Amino acid sequence: MDFVQNLPFFGIVAALFFGVLCSVVHRRAAEILTYLLLGFEVVASVLVLQFVIRTGSSFTYMMGHFPAPWGNEIRAGIFECFTAFFFSATMLLALVGGRKHIYHEVESTKVNLYYTMACLLLSSILALIYTNDLFTAYVFVEINTLSAAGLIMTKRSGKAIAAATKYMVMSLLGSALFLMGICTTYDITGHLLMSNIKEAMAALHASGQYAVPISVIIGLMSIGLAIKSALYPFHTWLPDAHGSASVSTSAILSALVSEVYMFLLIKIFYRVIGWDVVQDNKIMNVLYLFGIIAMLMGSIHALRESDIKQMIAYSSIAQFGYIFMGIGLGTAFGMQAAAFHLFAHASGKALVFIAQAGLADANGGDRRIVALKGTAHKNPIAGLTFTVGAFSMVGIPFFAGFISKYNFATAALYSPNKIVITLVTLAISTVLNAIYFLRVVLRIYSPIEDKKPVIRSGFAFGLAVTVMAIGNIALGVFGSNVMEYIISGLKMFG
Amino acid sequence: MIGLFNNLEATTAIIVFGIGFTTLMLNRNMIKKIIGFDMMDCGMYLFLASKGYIEGRLAPIVVNGITDMDAYINPIPAGLVLTGIVVSVSVSAVMLSLTIRLYRKYHTLDIDEIMMRAREEGDDE
Repeated sequence: MDFVQNLPFFGIVAALFFGVLCSVVHRRAAEILTYLLLGFEVVASVLVLQFVIRTGSSFTYMMGHFPAPWGNEIRAGIFECFTAFFFSATMLLALVGGRKHIYHEVESTKVNLYYTMACLLLSSILALIYTNDLFTAYVFVEINTLSAAGLIMTKRSGKAIAAATKYMVMSLLGSALFLMGICTTYDITGHLLMSNIKEAMAALHASGQYAVPISVIIGLMSIGLAIKSALYPFHTWLPDAHGSASVSTSAILSALVSEVYMFLLIKIFYRVIGWDVVQDNKIMNVLYLFGIIAMLMGSIHALRESDIKQMIAYSSIAQFGYIFMGIGLGTAFGMQAAAFHLFAHASGKALVFIAQAGLADANGGDRRIVALKGTAHKNPIAGLTFTVGAFSMVGIPFFAGFISKYNFATAALYSPNKIVITLVTLAISTVLNAIYFLRVVLRIYSPIEDKKPVIRSGFAFGLAVTVMAIGNIALGVFGSNVMEYIISGLKMFG
Repeated sequence: MIGLFNNLEATTAIIVFGIGFTTLMLNRNMIKKIIGFDMMDCGMYLFLASKGYIEGRLAPIVVNGITDMDAYINPIPAGLVLTGIVVSVSVSAVMLSLTIRLYRKYHTLDIDEIMMRAREEGDDE
């Protein structure tokens, strides 16, 4: 066994350990520890990714010396490693970009606790990405919920606590449904490891037994994870949470926390229930419908918002709709498009959230869109990178968002019943995206007389947004190469 | 219909789960919401435990030197229930502490009223 194969497990345990460590050290030390940890995760996932590509197959890592049907396992393939790399890098950039705000908004004696929550969140994200055991997934879903709620309530205002409470209530409903799905799965298959469940599921599907429970399982897990990732009718916690959270928290919430649940859903469809079983199921049409509604309603809500952060939050809801629409198409192409959009959205949305903070700072912290007039002249780097992010969200060529919209449109052509609705909704949603994002871009670049006060948001902010913008453009230019990795990664799931 | 009575534990568990779920979702009182959450989880544990039980077998603890697998019930659901209890205790603790903070600030347990007043007051302390 290669040493590299230990790295996913080390990464998860190191994140938990660093989280504990951060709670007892000084805030500077906690910050440096968190950056070190995230840097380690980025390097580790690249090494594992290289290893997996070289060997051409995924590997499982046994924990606790109990072999397959009994023990607990970690599994790493191309898709998992790439997601782990991308998510840790995004989290690192989001924390670096918003560090000034963290120091400003969190009480100075409690900054280290913010980083504790960030480390725990990272450990749960990595565990959800790598785990091969369904019950472990549930436990880390709850850790994810608790640490995300911790990140939301870092401001002392009553609004932040109320938003965190609302988030907790919605999340608990979602995880309860998810747990019910796991219990039912265990009940009819007798296994908790994903590979074993899949074999049992395939046998049950072939013999036609338990058809109703299997549908119920797919429904419970889809709806549970959809609630947790803020799909349209269940999105109500999201705008409040974003309204009161720190910028880094907003970027992490939108780009990572919600998306890791969608990653988990894709993983469950492939690795637990089995693609053949899912494909035949009518639940996919329900997901598709919710996705379509979310694409439209999220954009319409965003159009009506006057606060830029709330507008971006509603735009996230529309983007999550895209992903669920892709999953709901029920074809391999739709799934690939959805998987790519996870990365396109994460890179664009984290960038927009961080850059928005720079623009608002140039204006004394006023987040109303009308007040942002001309702020791009005062803070050029924030203006430029916000524009990159906005173009990616709209789907202009050479940016990441374009590739995913192109993928969704191509995928729609392979599902004859859904072509028209998908294409029409894509078109309407793109137009709405363009209206509300370009409206902001035009406003921040509108000429003002007093261009003097150039606000410098600091080196860390500039570095983070620049790297994110370059990453987004790279994802747009080399989109087809990334797609190849995703396709082979999804095959490894298979 | 007969199926419901043959699987009495599962039926009861789902009813308890449903009561807890609707309370957590729809009740406006924070304390009742938390009670609903705990009921929901209890329903789930009852479901799991009843699925692990096999009629006429012993709890999986070796005392009389019987190591035959057929003498005992399935221990895994019990392990899952224990893990679940740990999770739900910590979640309840966090929810209760949030409720205390909210009550100190707004002097009410009604979540709708709290949300309304929180939105009005904006970002300040």
